[in-house]
Amino acid sequence: MKIHEYQAKELLKQYGIPTTNAQVATSAKDAFRIAKDLGGKVVVKAQIHAGGRGKGGGVKVVDGPKEAEAAAAGMLGKPLVTYQTGPEGQIVSKVLVEGAVGIASELYLGLVVDRATEKVAFMASTEGGVEIEKVASETPDKILKEFADPGMGLMPYQARNLAYGLGLEGKTASSAASFILKLYRLFVEKDCSLAEINPLIITDEGDVMALDAKLNFDDNAMYRHPELAELRDLSEEDPSEVKASEYGLSYIKLDGAVGCMVNGAGLAMATMDIIKLAGGEPANFLDVGGGANEESVTNAFKIILSDENVKTVLVNIFGGIVRCDIVAQGVIAAAKNVDLKIPVVVRLEGTNADEGLKLIEESGLAFETAKGLKAAAEKAVAAAGGVK
Amino acid sequence: MSILVDKDTRIVVQGITGREGSFHTRQCVEYGSKVVAGVTPGKGGQDMDGIPVYNTVAQAVGKEGANASLIFVPPAFCGDAILEAAEAGVELVICITEGIPTVDMIKAKEAIKYNNVRLVGPNCPGVITPGECKMGIMPGFIHKPGNVGVISRSGTLTYEAVAQLTELGIGQSTCIGIGGDPIIGSTFIDLLGLFNGDPDTNAVVMIGEIGGSAEEEAAEFIKSEMKKPVVSFIAGQTAPPGKRMGHAGAIIAGGKGTAAEKIIALENAGVAVSHSPADIGAKIAEVLAK
Repeated sequence: MKIHEYQAKELLKQYGIPTTNAQVATSAKDAFRIAKDLGGKVVVKAQIHAGGRGKGGGVKVVDGPKEAEAAAAGMLGKPLVTYQTGPEGQIVSKVLVEGAVGIASELYLGLVVDRATEKVAFMASTEGGVEIEKVASETPDKILKEFADPGMGLMPYQARNLAYGLGLEGKTASSAASFILKLYRLFVEKDCSLAEINPLIITDEGDVMALDAKLNFDDNAMYRHPELAELRDLSEEDPSEVKASEYGLSYIKLDGAVGCMVNGAGLAMATMDIIKLAGGEPANFLDVGGGANEESVTNAFKIILSDENVKTVLVNIFGGIVRCDIVAQGVIAAAKNVDLKIPVVVRLEGTNADEGLKLIEESGLAFETAKGLKAAAEKAVAAAGGVK
Repeated sequence: MSILVDKDTRIVVQGITGREGSFHTRQCVEYGSKVVAGVTPGKGGQDMDGIPVYNTVAQAVGKEGANASLIFVPPAFCGDAILEAAEAGVELVICITEGIPTVDMIKAKEAIKYNNVRLVGPNCPGVITPGECKMGIMPGFIHKPGNVGVISRSGTLTYEAVAQLTELGIGQSTCIGIGGDPIIGSTFIDLLGLFNGDPDTNAVVMIGEIGGSAEEEAAEFIKSEMKKPVVSFIAGQTAPPGKRMGHAGAIIAGGKGTAAEKIIALENAGVAVSHSPADIGAKIAEVLAK
């Protein structure tokens, strides 16, 4: 789960981590008032989840309240296009207004779960403000790393290694080490999957401060963080993906014409792959789950058919513990529930597959059956208008 | 022979009285697996289909000689269940449960490092040695005893591959689902090593997917250590970056973990990569015919 910058900064404050003086505004008038209270130069920042806001025109440094009001008016209610949003952009409904600070240098701090070492990795770099992926691929030696012991956690000496490694000295180095330890604590206690402070700034006065903050959370840990679940902004997510998650289905929308309904995440990915190999484009990833009963299949059809690009649906179910004849009954009932108007190719494999296929063929519905993954994909691609 | 489980494996099921636990225990027993005990705290003294239920894993090990644990408890209690099994002295722990927080798994895996135990999973279908022992949720009947090992990050896609093998008359020594989470107990490398030393395994199917670098690390191992042919398929060649494809671990993050990178690494290590999920069985037949 992702949250906004202003929400991330609230969490930083709860952990005593220094960040900018800022308030969130939902109207241009609010922005005026906040800028007036802050006094002096302010920065107006569009609050969307996607990165690349600065280059897309979503961050403006202005001289005073009037200018802040104008900048906010220019962003609110309008789409902001960045390299991460896609061409249609993301509508901005909130802006953050923060006091401008004198920046002496910009650094980078980041935490991730490192799958190779199976530890939380703390990364730091003097190349703040730029994309860390770029630094990692071009100058990997400029990224300092410390790995937290799973039992002991990140130790103070490791925080000092990072702080002094960044070339910081004296009071600034101690403040940075303290910042690092607090951020690690937040990461673990809040079950983050990613925490990025980019940039971490050293002010003209030598203070350490988070100028931007990005926090992502482990979806599996949401059950123990109701306070974080409240921060979810559904307007930032694809509506059909939100609907699918309400049904307990795992769905990702893509751009093709062949809708996919599959049981199991690995097989669902493999089904997308074989559609591509057959010359078509998958319209989605959808894992209907282990049950694949009338209810889940009905919901899955609803989600898939809500995408106007879908010209055909490929149902690919491997019946293991679940019997294919039961799945077939579910598919037939679901098709009647949703009033299907486009061709559907059904491939069933595993327990009672033949009985299941027979039920499908005798249903009188416009279903085509297929034996084998390859044949199923080819039939589905042909039904969607053939090879592109 | 086989790896991890065989006809002598004595299974204790943690969470045996739950819906999933009881259903799959019956399936395992029906296949012929020796389920000798169950554990549900507070239900000690009861039985499930004649299988004695204990309050603790230590009791199940002491009284019934259980040497492997199969875990079905809810995600919030899995760290506890894994450590309990490891401390009780079982040699193998298979955790089926999906949805365990990553931070919990980092700690649990570290904590059992010094126990003499092997963990498979979590978020996996389990392990089967066809004709001998099914310790998981896979459909037993699609398998056939034989000499090809199967290791996979997926569930139903593994069944797909196994069904292709069986259809071609190619049996399996042992099939393992290692799980779709970012932090898992046994890795491709751990199991490739075991198959390498198993005289009854002649070739291995390795099914990977996008996310992380486990396949790349396995490629290094295959290049330097593996004495047997390996066939591979990587799911998610068409997956978009930054989206979690069902499994918690299946995500292309920061441009890393793509299928293309993994396929190149494996092909460079001499692995026969099947580009289509429909050709995994045929690829093994080809390799075995050489």
